[in-house]
Amino acid sequence: MTEFLQQLINGLSVGSMYALIAIGYTLVYGVLRFINFAHCDVFMVGAFVGFYAGRNLGQPSLGGGILVMLTAMLACAALGILIERLAYHPLRNRSRLSVLITAIGVSLLLENAGQMVFGANPQPFPEIFPSREFVFGQLVVSSKDIVVFAVTILLLAALQFIVLKTKIGTAMRAVSFNTQAASLMGVNVNVVISFTFGLGSALAAAAGILWAYKFPKIDPLMGIAPGITAFVAAVLGGIGNIPGAALGGLLIGVIETFVKGSRWSTWTDAIAFTILILILFFRPAGLLGKLQPEKV
Amino acid sequence: MFLARPRIFLLAALAASIVLGIFQNQLDPYFVDVLTRIGINIILAVSLNLINGHTGQFSLGHAGFMAVGAYTAAAMTMFAGPHILPATAPEFFTALWFLAALLAGGIVAAAAGLLVGAPSLRLKGDYLAIVTLGFGQIISVVFRNIEPLGGALGLNGIPAYTNLFWVFAIAAVTVYVITAMVNSTYGRGFIATHDDEVAAEAMGINTTRFKIVAFVIGAFFAGIAGGLYGHFTLTISPRGFDFTRSIEIVVMVIVGGMGNTVGVILAAILLTLLPEGLRALGGVSPSLNWISESRPLLYSILLIGLMLLRPQGLFNFRKSGKLKIQN
Amino acid sequence: MPPLLQLEKVSIRFGGLTAVSELDLQIGAHELVGLIGPNGAGKTTVFNLTTGVYQPTAGKISFGEKSTARLRPNKLAKLGIARTFQNIRLFASMTVFDNVRAATQLHRAHGIRDALWRGRHFRAGEKTVGSQILELLEIFQLGKFRDSFAKSLSYGDQRRLEIVRALATKPKLLLLDEPAAGMNASEKVELMRLIQFIKDKFQISVLLVEHDMKVVMGICERIAVLDYGVKIAEGTPVEVRANPKVIEAYLGEEIISE
Repeated sequence: MTEFLQQLINGLSVGSMYALIAIGYTLVYGVLRFINFAHCDVFMVGAFVGFYAGRNLGQPSLGGGILVMLTAMLACAALGILIERLAYHPLRNRSRLSVLITAIGVSLLLENAGQMVFGANPQPFPEIFPSREFVFGQLVVSSKDIVVFAVTILLLAALQFIVLKTKIGTAMRAVSFNTQAASLMGVNVNVVISFTFGLGSALAAAAGILWAYKFPKIDPLMGIAPGITAFVAAVLGGIGNIPGAALGGLLIGVIETFVKGSRWSTWTDAIAFTILILILFFRPAGLLGKLQPEKV
Repeated sequence: MFLARPRIFLLAALAASIVLGIFQNQLDPYFVDVLTRIGINIILAVSLNLINGHTGQFSLGHAGFMAVGAYTAAAMTMFAGPHILPATAPEFFTALWFLAALLAGGIVAAAAGLLVGAPSLRLKGDYLAIVTLGFGQIISVVFRNIEPLGGALGLNGIPAYTNLFWVFAIAAVTVYVITAMVNSTYGRGFIATHDDEVAAEAMGINTTRFKIVAFVIGAFFAGIAGGLYGHFTLTISPRGFDFTRSIEIVVMVIVGGMGNTVGVILAAILLTLLPEGLRALGGVSPSLNWISESRPLLYSILLIGLMLLRPQGLFNFRKSGKLKIQN
Repeated sequence: MPPLLQLEKVSIRFGGLTAVSELDLQIGAHELVGLIGPNGAGKTTVFNLTTGVYQPTAGKISFGEKSTARLRPNKLAKLGIARTFQNIRLFASMTVFDNVRAATQLHRAHGIRDALWRGRHFRAGEKTVGSQILELLEIFQLGKFRDSFAKSLSYGDQRRLEIVRALATKPKLLLLDEPAAGMNASEKVELMRLIQFIKDKFQISVLLVEHDMKVVMGICERIAVLDYGVKIAEGTPVEVRANPKVIEAYLGEEIISE
């Protein structure tokens, strides 16, 4: 039983981080109908920003950790906006294929540049928050997981507020429903798109910091596997749907953790993709999404 | 030109392959190496071009088909071969067995193509891309878990049956088959499916059938290329057939111009020579070492630059070379 | 004479919206029938139902006495239903010649094997098809554009090419979706002549959706009027013109005065 709970906590912990990344995918897809392949590499950059910022911390502390996280989030928000401006914006009117390939190119660029700048070898990530372990009988709960949960809940709450209660959030939702109508209503679509990228990238950076905090070995290719899993989570929840992405992230995190702990562990990647393919074949709208029929 | 007398071109190309094969031993081994890789890349690029370029189905898992062909062919020559052929069999029979192994690889890959293509047909654009990517990764994971084929460490000791004759003869056949098929009245169905599926269906074209045929034939040749590759590098592993490999082939198709067979062949040649050129450049002096180190980086910059500046490809000179994908 | 196309109590719903409701429509051989109605009345939906793009949620559609239920558009094209589109859907990367050639694919005499072998049989077949295509293009004055890209043609020529392409499938019934859209007065007169010519020369039936009343009233033998998915009137042009329900549906529009 404690084994099960242990795995569950692990799964939810990892799942929270997947949720944060998945929301980034879903935000961009909702607004642009486009899968941002480079998103997982922004996650990686976030971790590395944290790496360099965290080295100057000295003692792990709550304030210090938060500062590192905010720095990474800000830096990656800027990166995300930059990428959009330089690589995706010029292709706004071109075919989806062009943008998809460009996104792949940007992803490869970040990964390869990362390998050149940071070196391909894994680096140890500094302790940015103080860590402790809480023992309940046979169950060991690390404060790392608690930090992950706390930060995720905070960010999700903040996101909820932004999307539902602020002007820019409403503008985002308008653009995701009908871009043309939104622009006719006076919404500056370019600003909204930039903001969406910035927001998604900030969440990815936060996820990167949390991931590096929980699994303190980082390398330039660390984003690929979580990126794929988070993408599957986004599709599972219903691509374009924010609560769906969060739900999908948690679900996938739990499933993956249990599979990894079972004798099928070498098939983990295949299982993630199989889930993805099954969803797209049988229920493309995902768990919480709505299907859009095509007009002839 | 080619189309006026395609069979003559095929025969000429086959003759040239025979000549190359005969004189292979007189050529510099490095040169033979590069030529072999050019030939294999031509087969890969032209076969992917059928799926992505001509038919407009965005497939990101082509390396998966290559893997299936490579492992199947290797299994046949390494495990089945010794039982069928006596140890002192004349070269002719070994060559025949090799051809059989390649064909087997192609057929199993074609079956994989059917498996991937058929269910994916309902999906469009980005989703189809993701699913084919997923299938490619699944194939990779499957091979990683098959211990008799080496598992994650890969399969070693594959006999060195590939030579210039095989590579270029098969490349010639690939180009011929795909070009002859597409440039017929029947073959217009592929292009129509690419341009406008709704209109194509309204004109009596079974777009589903054409998409499946594209996947199956494209996968078939990718499988054969995989077999050639395995018997050339003598060792294969699941990691060598991953997403990066698929992207390399996709880049060739894009650089060449989607649907432009000649362009794609040129692009395959260019992109095989490019890393060699960069390596040579980097070796000129130690201060230029970074050039060979940054090959993957330059690749990605090339990709982005191409998309931003010349999406129709480097070798596409038609006015109407637009990238189109079904939405 | 059994009707060529028969829609019996055909309905289709999209979620909560009933786009077409209990439609009865018949088209016989060699008939030129018009389908009119205000915007959103469901005219293109009727086309999509007839060509298999949509399946009706109720009712039955038969072509040549055979039910078309669950048949896909390419099957129906093989049976003899061809169409053009409201927004021109030509094959953008192909030449004019190839656009028509693609449409001859369904009656082709060869398959993959012949295309690969390229024997005498194949080459003779391709030659025959080629001359048939050129003949067709010449009839519609598009012969000189045969090697131009379809997209490079003028708007009017593109519309004509779409019709030629549809005719290349050797249909028994041709559905024209707003062929006069975007044309000027003299082009419309030419179009009217063209449609009647097509009906006579190729011995086919034509179902025409059109907003321009001069065109519809000018050439249709019979007109059906749709409003909010329901057929509100049917008859000769004279009858339909005078029908108060039709006038009411088009309230505010001057359909009677020319």
